[in-house]
Amino acid sequence: MASYILKRLAAMVPTLLGVAVLIFLLLRVVPGDVVEARYLTQGSQFQSQELMNQERQKLGLDQPLWRQFATWMAGLARLDFGLSMWTSSPISEEIKLRFALSLQLALMASTIATLLAIPLGILAAVKQDTWVDYAVRVFSIAGLATPSFWLGILMILVMLTVFKWMPPVVFTPIWVNPWDNLAQLIWPALAVGYRYSAVGTRMMRSAMLEVLREDYIRTARAKGLRLKLILTRHALKNAILPVLTVISLEFAFLLGGLVVTEQVFNLNGLGMLFVEAISRRDYTLTQALVMLVATVFLLVNLAVDIAYAWLDPRIRYR
Amino acid sequence: MERLARVAVLAFAAMLALPGLAQSPRSGGELVFPVPSEPPSYDGHREETFGLIHPIAPFYNTLLRIDPNDKSGTKAVPSLAESWTVSSDKLTYTFKLRKGVKFHDGSEMTSKDVKASYDKIIFPPAGVGSSRKGQYADVAAVEAPDAYTVSFRLKEPSASFISSMASPWNFIYKADILAKDPHWYEKNIMGTGPFTFVEHVKGSHIVGKKNPNYWDKGKPYLDGFRAIFIRDSASQVAAIRGERAHIQFRGFSPAERDSIVSTLGKKVTVQESPWDCILMVGMNHEKKPFDDKRVRRALTLALDRNQASKSLSKIAIVKEVAGVQVPGTPYATPPAELAKLAGYWPDIEKSRAESRRLLKEAGVPEGFQFTFTNRGVPMPYEPLGVWLIDQWRRVGLNVQQQVIEPAAYFGTIRKGDAQVFMDFQCGYIVEPDLDMYKFLSSERNPANYGRYKDPVLDALYDKQSRTIDFEERGQIVQQFEKRLLDEEAHYLMTLQWHRIIPHSAKVHGWTITPSHYLNNTLDTVWLSQ
Repeated sequence: MASYILKRLAAMVPTLLGVAVLIFLLLRVVPGDVVEARYLTQGSQFQSQELMNQERQKLGLDQPLWRQFATWMAGLARLDFGLSMWTSSPISEEIKLRFALSLQLALMASTIATLLAIPLGILAAVKQDTWVDYAVRVFSIAGLATPSFWLGILMILVMLTVFKWMPPVVFTPIWVNPWDNLAQLIWPALAVGYRYSAVGTRMMRSAMLEVLREDYIRTARAKGLRLKLILTRHALKNAILPVLTVISLEFAFLLGGLVVTEQVFNLNGLGMLFVEAISRRDYTLTQALVMLVATVFLLVNLAVDIAYAWLDPRIRYR
Repeated sequence: MERLARVAVLAFAAMLALPGLAQSPRSGGELVFPVPSEPPSYDGHREETFGLIHPIAPFYNTLLRIDPNDKSGTKAVPSLAESWTVSSDKLTYTFKLRKGVKFHDGSEMTSKDVKASYDKIIFPPAGVGSSRKGQYADVAAVEAPDAYTVSFRLKEPSASFISSMASPWNFIYKADILAKDPHWYEKNIMGTGPFTFVEHVKGSHIVGKKNPNYWDKGKPYLDGFRAIFIRDSASQVAAIRGERAHIQFRGFSPAERDSIVSTLGKKVTVQESPWDCILMVGMNHEKKPFDDKRVRRALTLALDRNQASKSLSKIAIVKEVAGVQVPGTPYATPPAELAKLAGYWPDIEKSRAESRRLLKEAGVPEGFQFTFTNRGVPMPYEPLGVWLIDQWRRVGLNVQQQVIEPAAYFGTIRKGDAQVFMDFQCGYIVEPDLDMYKFLSSERNPANYGRYKDPVLDALYDKQSRTIDFEERGQIVQQFEKRLLDEEAHYLMTLQWHRIIPHSAKVHGWTITPSHYLNNTLDTVWLSQ
């Protein structure tokens, strides 16, 4: 197993290199740069080409592309993301600030999704074609059809109009004030968690239905084992593998992809940072964020594969 | 009887006195306001976004300021300078500074600091960015003859000089710090303002607390402020509606105002003003047929601005029909005079008939197709774009809209590829020198995306800029406006933006002005509860 993990980690290097080349080139194909975004978008009367040239020089944008890429790669090799072109602050600081919020939200949403998806999926499978199954299916299809940001907007409107209350608009870390923290994050976590639970519920239901028709389940039933035992000891371990994949990949996605939901709840997370970095043509920050998300995806994938082996003894990696 | 009369007089006196008492500023409280964008750095001399002014201005003072109670946003009053004089040849302005003004580090502010700050703005050292040094091209030197006197020597008389000394961007920094590191203020905050810096959590908020040693005794009234960065306008509205914030200083749309008022009712106060921002249509003079002034005039004559003012003001942040100056401000052309310019005629049928005639005379066929390039910003670019295309259709023009993503927009039209495009400017003080600079020949101002050269227009600009007499200057401004918008129709104006600030009724001591860059020092603001 250890050699397998090492091999997988080594295989990440060319993948990440490919991602790096792609994002570096794509960003520079898009028209505009950070200097234009800074000095041409405010309707100012005074525009100085001299000032813009000076800024480009300071940021290294006047350098040939290969040199810009080499500088970036040299920094990455030292785990130094460099400075944001927009704020001139270290990128590691910019990301660190938002990472706590995004990680907590992703964990909360994934937990909600898991807590909803697994029991509901099992219940729907066990009670197939009964009113319980139909109710779970309606619940999950509604979740699939409802964008989480829209659900978020509805939540805010209801809180404002019915309860005359609104969640806090500034993030408070959970160790500073758990109540304020949860008062802000529980709503987006519910909105997002419900959306992702819907995918998981359907996946859990179909996987469980498939497993329940397997010979070994029939044998267990014939032996007179109780249903609860059959489900937890025999069926769940086999049915949960695809659900685990879906929820894990969603978790990786949630870390950087909750752009609109973050906007609706004014969350200072990685998704908003991503959008701002792109709209400001902050090349260095965008590149760093893409690399971070790509790395998280690769690591989550690896973790899922390892979990597969743990859950299913038939799976062995060499 | 006499007793009754006495009681009546006392009651009357109390009635008169009560509102006054109710309006007495109250100390305490934290003002919370959303800011739709975040400052890239803290250096006001370098940046251009209101995202810097709103949260950072309370930490600083400027030499002069625009009177916080002046709704026109044009009247300069003392701030760090307590008075000023002008030499008889109008070439030397001498400012007397207040004594006893302290920086937040406890050191005294003197003329050395003012000189160093203005030297950085006007004559920045190599590698130091100064966004508005073009505004001070007439300044030959800044001198500090003694600790409390600063003089500015000009090359030419300048009608706008005093206004430019009230620029909200020109924070006074500490000379010793600038001498050690001219970039220090990009990442640090230390001024003489009514509030001292507490923290900036990037992407989240900036907090300031009351400066107990502020030179204007008794101010500020607030204990502090909290500027929260909220990009999404729906979330800003929700923050005001949910009473998580008191005020947003940039502005809301009519629909957003109505939504806040419907929720908060009497708990909200609405202030409105013409806004010193305008979208205008640029026509690339290097592209046919827009090199022909008859075609450009036809395009402006097709627009029914008076009707648009009524209809678009219900859905967008535009309202007033305007020329080159914000309506209601000192140099604005009176409506009766404005109505004589092409495109401003009250009789739209006559105007459109003339538009068709000019197009025909210029050889532009019925159904002529061109591309209108617009910026991918919903408010107010989108409704104005739709309106323009419809208006031009009514004189037989077939217009296709090309929408470009905001960050790439100005870079694209700057290259000169667009035919007809939406252009934009926002002023930080209502002043002809600032508001008309945009329209100078492209060789003088690269922000003229119409790419024309007009020495006559340039000469009129320079003339008004050097004319100190108010009446005379006003006439030249009108000549400039007539040439720009009517005779040559280099650019065409849409409608003046309209600034709408619905805020908590607890907020007092703040007056709306036409510029969202003004009146953000917060020293006069107080909360009633």
